[in-house]
Amino acid sequence: MTEVIDVEGLLETMCSDLSGHLASRQIDDPCIVGIRTGGVWLADVIHKKLGIAEPCGELDISFYRDDFTRIGLNPKVKPSVLPFETEGRHLVLVDDVLMSGRTVRAAMNELFDYGRPASITLVVLIDLDGRELPVQADIVGQKVSLSGNQQIKLKGPEVLVLEITDK
Amino acid sequence: MKQVMEPNQLQLNEQGQLKHFLTLDGLDKKLLTEILDTADSFIEVGARSIKKVPLLRGKTVVNLFFEASTRTRSTFELAAKRLSADVLNLNISTSATSKGESLSDTLQNLEAMASDMFVVRHSSSGAPHFIAESVTPNVSIINAGDGRHAHPTQAMLDMLTIRQHKGGFEGLSVAIVGDILHSRVARSQIRALKTLDVSEVRVIAPNTLLPVDIESLGATIFSTMKEGLDNVDVVIMLRLQRERMEGALLPSEHEFYELYGLTTEKLKYAKPDAIVMHPGPINRGVEIESAVADGPQSVILNQVTNGIAVRMAVMSMAMSGHVAGRDKLGEL
Amino acid sequence: MNIEIKSGRIIDPANGVDEVQSLYVADGKVVGLGSAPEGYKAENTIDASGCIVSPGFIDLCTYLREPGYEYKGTVASETRAAVKGGFTAVCCPPETLPVNDTEAVTNLILDLAKRAGFAKVYPIGALTKGLKGRQLSELYSLKQAGCVAAGNGDHPTASLSVMKRCFEYAKTHEVSVFVRPEEVSLAADGCVHEGAVGTRLGLNGIPALAETVAVSQLILLAEETGVHLHLSHLTTARSVQLVAEAKRSGLRVTADVAIQHLILTEEAVSGFDSRFHCRPPLRTHADRVALIKGLDDEVIDAVCSQHQPHEAAAKQAPFADSDPGISSIEVVLPLLLGLVRTSELSLATLVKALSVGAAGVLEVAGGSLAVGSVADICVFDPDKMWRVTSESMISAGKNTPWGEHEVQGLVKHTLVDGRIVYA
Repeated sequence: MTEVIDVEGLLETMCSDLSGHLASRQIDDPCIVGIRTGGVWLADVIHKKLGIAEPCGELDISFYRDDFTRIGLNPKVKPSVLPFETEGRHLVLVDDVLMSGRTVRAAMNELFDYGRPASITLVVLIDLDGRELPVQADIVGQKVSLSGNQQIKLKGPEVLVLEITDK
Repeated sequence: MKQVMEPNQLQLNEQGQLKHFLTLDGLDKKLLTEILDTADSFIEVGARSIKKVPLLRGKTVVNLFFEASTRTRSTFELAAKRLSADVLNLNISTSATSKGESLSDTLQNLEAMASDMFVVRHSSSGAPHFIAESVTPNVSIINAGDGRHAHPTQAMLDMLTIRQHKGGFEGLSVAIVGDILHSRVARSQIRALKTLDVSEVRVIAPNTLLPVDIESLGATIFSTMKEGLDNVDVVIMLRLQRERMEGALLPSEHEFYELYGLTTEKLKYAKPDAIVMHPGPINRGVEIESAVADGPQSVILNQVTNGIAVRMAVMSMAMSGHVAGRDKLGEL
Repeated sequence: MNIEIKSGRIIDPANGVDEVQSLYVADGKVVGLGSAPEGYKAENTIDASGCIVSPGFIDLCTYLREPGYEYKGTVASETRAAVKGGFTAVCCPPETLPVNDTEAVTNLILDLAKRAGFAKVYPIGALTKGLKGRQLSELYSLKQAGCVAAGNGDHPTASLSVMKRCFEYAKTHEVSVFVRPEEVSLAADGCVHEGAVGTRLGLNGIPALAETVAVSQLILLAEETGVHLHLSHLTTARSVQLVAEAKRSGLRVTADVAIQHLILTEEAVSGFDSRFHCRPPLRTHADRVALIKGLDDEVIDAVCSQHQPHEAAAKQAPFADSDPGISSIEVVLPLLLGLVRTSELSLATLVKALSVGAAGVLEVAGGSLAVGSVADICVFDPDKMWRVTSESMISAGKNTPWGEHEVQGLVKHTLVDGRIVYA
């Protein structure tokens, strides 16, 4: 069984929520960073919609995952690209799915190795239950509950489509 | 007929991933490319202010150098530290070992230290292979150079350098010049170049410095720089050791430089955008003219930077290959 | 003891016999073939149906390691391993400690062999004192004490002029000279054949030239001095040619090949496996083929084991640092039978190469099952499969590349001087 969620619609709402959130904190010069791969696609869209001048950053968290000793290294690791200084900046971290919270922890660990940001705002398209760490997103597109044999995946990059499928 | 594993079987786990890094023999193009791609990511890490990733945190890497070397050992040390590993340097001169304690016994004593990885340099070809066969299953062995057999990390950093400057390997003509006979670097480079599908590998040297049947490794022999460098894209100069002047291999450094030294003049035989490489350390005025070594076509300094990234890549891949199945890179 | 060996296939190439018949032994000799002599009563019967009965094998090179290297093996353990391999007599090279360059050491070895009571031992004395290649040994005394020949073992002589003198002195006393041909400076510190595999592995090579140059020099010296020259362990096609020429011109030159060079090639070392580290090294496929043909054509007179038992530590090192040598005597027969099965060798040549060929080189009795000959006999089942394991090996040296392998061809009984020494 395949379920499809309206990504475009969600993104519209997320962007306006994000603008409001940033304004309330007087953040007028944020840097957007997407977590590969889904987060990067989303970050690009958000970056355009918010009309931010500074280019988007891309984070590959392969070297910061906490499960290296269990499953080893990602054979398809690519260099992270952060084309701006993070020291003292307000960052907007974007990912497609937030579940256990480990990806975000790894991403934050990596970001801090570049410099000390002033703040990090977390934006996710889908919030699944299944948290293993105390991590919460500031902007959520949609909360979703999956049954044990379902999985969710963002497809792109031209047309962004979310699919819930059976494993 | 044989039970002992070939080096390439020994160094791969069941999924075909590296668990030791002993030789480039038997590693396919996909795996070599993966090493280069992973190294690219580590180059980026090296450009950050905090040049560390936590991959090997809590792991112990031991540098077991039975042959002295400052450069290679320091790059391995730096690479391990940038992976957040704990590093132990052991300089065991071969004579101490021969004084009584066999290599086997030395290893057994080291195993008690519960290390995760040994980086080994040894004067006997096949020593890292022997160590990989003798140590407990979960210790990864990285070959930092064994006898005349192989220097796989050096060859891979050379390949990375070529890829950075030439974009890829297809259609390239590469010449390796100098003492091929005694060179473990050359053997590994030839293997890497053939696996990565360059168009042509040439070796340029007098007959006394060519190993028997070098053609069987896929190289074409040239005796003069004029013919050998004709239209090549990459020139790799090998170091000529002073000892070669004894033992009736070469009459003098003067004659070697005359015939095979890379001067500005001789470099003109190659393509105008050809790059010049040298694994170092350079003997100015013996293999290479200073003007060329410091000139616009030389990429020798790049090779040094790439060394750390390649070693980080190989060490993390080998450590990774030792852990349980990597069939699915799941969601965190 | 009167022993009847019943219904075996007797293969005795020295006498042109290949027939299923019984053989009768009494007083340490063969006393009947086909039918028992008058009044013969067998006290023991060996049922050899399905088996081959051949003259006992004679090995031109078995390292017994004693005196001096008892941690690698002893006369007792290795002569016992020999009879398990079907060998009723073995020649031991002079590399003992002290070197076998005096009758005292020769006597010691012969004494140990006699007390062990397995295979007969024919010692090869040292050609030069201490095998240092400078001064002659007492070749006459060594011969009187029981040495069948003199050799330089694995030690090259200092110079050709010394070698020439050794040959001249040996000829004076009609002592045969056993030399493993290897030119010192060309071999240098090599440990594998100088070729594609050695180049790929970065191991120092011993070029074929190191052997062929030495073979040429030695043949010319033999021609000049008239001595019987025996070349040990040929490994190259060119050497076989040179020996063939020498024989054609009527020189008394003989040669043997070690079992591993008939079976393995340089490819075997590609895993840096020290079990395949041998000296002289394993060479090319073309060489192997030429060596087998050389046996067929009787240019090569005998197959030997070059049996070199080692303690485990000797092989527990990187290739070039390991000791060369294979513990081979227990598997020579099944390995050669493998060549018979692939039609590379005939059964008759196999038996000849292991018995009468070697006997001819040594000029000793043996290699014949004619009535009246010494009852040195081997009874073997050519089809029996068995597994080579450290536990089942009798030799003190377990350094064999055929460990944990199934091989085909098993010795069932070995008789020395009419006594059953292995069953």
